[in-house]
Amino acid sequence: MSTRTALSLENGVVSLQEKVNDALRLARQLGASQAEANASFGTGFSVNVRLREVETLRHQRDQGLGVTVWLGHRKGSASTSDLRPEAIEESVRKACALARYGAEDPASGLADADKLAKSIPELSLYHPWAIDPAAAIELATTCEAAALDFDPRVTNSEGASVSTSESLRVYGNSHGFLGSYPESDHSISCSVVAAQDGAMETDYEYAVARDAADLPGPAEVGAEAGRRTVARLGGTKLETCNAPVLFPARVARGLIGHLLSAISGGALYRKSSFLVDTLGKPVFASRVTIDEKPHLLKALASAPFDDEGVATTERRLVDAGVLGGYLLGSYYARKLGMQSTGNSGGAHNLVVHSTGETFADLLRTMDRGLVIADLMGSGVNPVTGDYSRGASGFWVENGQIQYPVTEITIAGNLKDMFQGILGIGSDVDRRGAVLTGSILLEQMTIGGS
Amino acid sequence: MNAVVAPESSLARVRSQVLDAAGIADHDLERALGALMRGTVDNADLYFQVSRQESWTLEDGIVKEGAHSIEQGVGVRAMSGEKTGFAYSDELVVPALLQASAAASAIVRQGQQGRVQAWQPRSGHRLYAPIDPLPTLTDDDKVALLQRIDSEVRALDPRVKQVVASLAAAHEVILVCASDGAMAADVRPLVRFNISVIVEQGDKREQGYAGGGGRFGYEYFTPEQVLEYGREAVRQAVVNLDAVPAPSGEMVVVLGPGWPGVLLHEAIGHGLEGDFNRKGTSAFTGRVGERVASDLCTVVDDGTLPNRRGSLNVDDEGTPTRNTVLIENGILRGYLQDKMNARLMGTESTGNGRRQSFAHTPMPRMTNTYMLAGPHHPDEIIASVKKGVYARNFGGGQVDITSGKFVFSATEAYRIENGKLGAPIRDATLVGDGPTVLNRVSMVGNDLALDTGIGVCGKEGQSVPVGVGQPTLRIDGLTIGGTGGDE
Repeated sequence: MSTRTALSLENGVVSLQEKVNDALRLARQLGASQAEANASFGTGFSVNVRLREVETLRHQRDQGLGVTVWLGHRKGSASTSDLRPEAIEESVRKACALARYGAEDPASGLADADKLAKSIPELSLYHPWAIDPAAAIELATTCEAAALDFDPRVTNSEGASVSTSESLRVYGNSHGFLGSYPESDHSISCSVVAAQDGAMETDYEYAVARDAADLPGPAEVGAEAGRRTVARLGGTKLETCNAPVLFPARVARGLIGHLLSAISGGALYRKSSFLVDTLGKPVFASRVTIDEKPHLLKALASAPFDDEGVATTERRLVDAGVLGGYLLGSYYARKLGMQSTGNSGGAHNLVVHSTGETFADLLRTMDRGLVIADLMGSGVNPVTGDYSRGASGFWVENGQIQYPVTEITIAGNLKDMFQGILGIGSDVDRRGAVLTGSILLEQMTIGGS
Repeated sequence: MNAVVAPESSLARVRSQVLDAAGIADHDLERALGALMRGTVDNADLYFQVSRQESWTLEDGIVKEGAHSIEQGVGVRAMSGEKTGFAYSDELVVPALLQASAAASAIVRQGQQGRVQAWQPRSGHRLYAPIDPLPTLTDDDKVALLQRIDSEVRALDPRVKQVVASLAAAHEVILVCASDGAMAADVRPLVRFNISVIVEQGDKREQGYAGGGGRFGYEYFTPEQVLEYGREAVRQAVVNLDAVPAPSGEMVVVLGPGWPGVLLHEAIGHGLEGDFNRKGTSAFTGRVGERVASDLCTVVDDGTLPNRRGSLNVDDEGTPTRNTVLIENGILRGYLQDKMNARLMGTESTGNGRRQSFAHTPMPRMTNTYMLAGPHHPDEIIASVKKGVYARNFGGGQVDITSGKFVFSATEAYRIENGKLGAPIRDATLVGDGPTVLNRVSMVGNDLALDTGIGVCGKEGQSVPVGVGQPTLRIDGLTIGGTGGDE
């Protein structure tokens, strides 16, 4: 059975580039002083196997084109999933019509021409996976079996999934920039249920990579899902207390994610950030250093240019605790009287330097406290940094995990939490835009019974 | 009933708008469904969607951007036992439809072409007018509305330093036809207004937020209505300027009416969705008929409330929505079902089969979930608490279906001391256990309110608009996660 659709990524480049150029040409004809267009095409499929039987097979095929025009400094945008010429024309006309209602805003416009990427580095982001659904079902079956067979207390399953996708993105603007690059993403994941004394727990494990050759074996992913799930059985509540908290690498990524929101241009300009006016100031403990590395080969958040075509560059974002830069696109950079940092659309691979300890070392340093397994809820106030979330995890005494805990809260303020980082593990989790090891925090308030 | 437009003619209009425009004839639908109904396939459906959305955003006192998007396509699904094959195309043309059908049916071994039932138009409710809300206000008036609220809100309080306001509308037209003979269409308007403000006092900064909307045109946003949202956003931000750290630990918690009903959505609603119960992964699995709440509690999921954000004339499988009793006087009565999970559990769909778009598969989802009013005056409830917390407004929530543990985050809350409201407290998360929390409800207010029309529910990567509601509730013990210690 063939899963490839007629428009492949190879022959799609030319077609999408033409559509982008058509949109830009039309915008100019309609009187736009500046314009940009973004076209994308993606294809792939995913399978889910549950209790050793195939459950779903989903084919995915997405396309879209978005266009933004400026009449002077007035902006309008439109997008369409219909890529026929008449639909693209309608979108460009709509964007121009909307721009007439926008207000004159001197900061609004394309990125400065001299910031645009001059060449497009090959970042090894595209590795198609020659796999058909039958083979993917076999991998998912192996993965789930490893979880189900991990322990007799694993009694049920949400299933194991294997997915593959390829996409192509073309960005062009009226400065004459036209860039494109293909990407691929492949993943294996598994989620199971374990039961003991009438109570159930669930957990999951996943792997994701640009190149299927870099994925761990499916049985490895499944066994880890089983291990994580069984470990949560028998959780109890804690007494309310103050204690050190260890965020394992997988959870620690989210902690650094709060930094990204707080130093993004929009949040800073609107002052809806707890890190307003902190450039050049110590926002972390001095042992924390963070680099942005947009050109890491095969990394999930690598990109040769940002959403405005601005060249991405490697830089030190946090140096020995001191904030060295913000995450800016052109618009909010101009509003703040600064320069774009190539972060329109987000951060590209934030690499948090390890302070050298293993996870076991961090447990020993902590001695007595909480290891987080999972966090729930959105209890972070971006303006004040107040942090309060639901949690489950493990209680640690004498540097050793003792028993699982559940239905608790952890609370603090991100400013204090960032300053209170005692160590960053060498166990780096590479499954996202933040690459960090486990992070040990000096103290948080734990709410329990 | 004096329906202005008979459902059949509404279906006819949608057919002409979606299918005729794409050159898709009845025999093409039959061919596509026939291709899907091979071998052991129990049921198959085609879901056509054409939608347009717009949004207008104001910041710094000016409308910075108008945006418009068009999304259209067809989703094709074949179901066999517990198996689902799914494909979609964003090209509304016959070859793409047939190609998607072939891909979706590959889930089952090939076999003889199956039979498709003769279509019978399903008449859904008429809960909202089948209008396109985008042109219900001129573009000039949309801009003027946003500019007016900006200056009005800044005039309310000199501490207001930033105002971000937005106006958005969606016009969604859907048509579903299924091998079981169901054929239904729905025209779904949806509008929304949001405002967020930042206030500053000395070196303190706080954010406040308000908004609302529903299934009608922009005319709902009268100057008075919009100003009310603005006042509410400012009030919340200003209250929090004086907030003190929240306590931590288990306490008596009083939840206000309306949006705090997100408690029910998280603690109860998700756990009663048919897919989790069919699979046996919900903490509520197999508990129909058991006591899961105090006898003061009756909770329903009602997709039939006129003009509400969470309401639908028919669900995304063509089944008319219902008012489903989930908990009646504390006893668990039933689950929320789509067609597939109903079939596998030997029951019928409750009209809760929903999907984010044609590119997603339907699942059992909530519509408007709320608790019915009880006997107590809200003042009486607060007066009954010696020491505790009154939570008046919330951000979002989340639940772990399997363990039953849920959280939701208070954005406006106060201490209660000796029956009286005390100081406002800082943002705090509340955590509890779904199957037991409602057993601790000891008082239920007579002030049932629904939210203002702001809810978005996420499940397995799919977002759908929903509503929640409740009267004031007293819960004798929830864990609150502040930094203020356990006095």
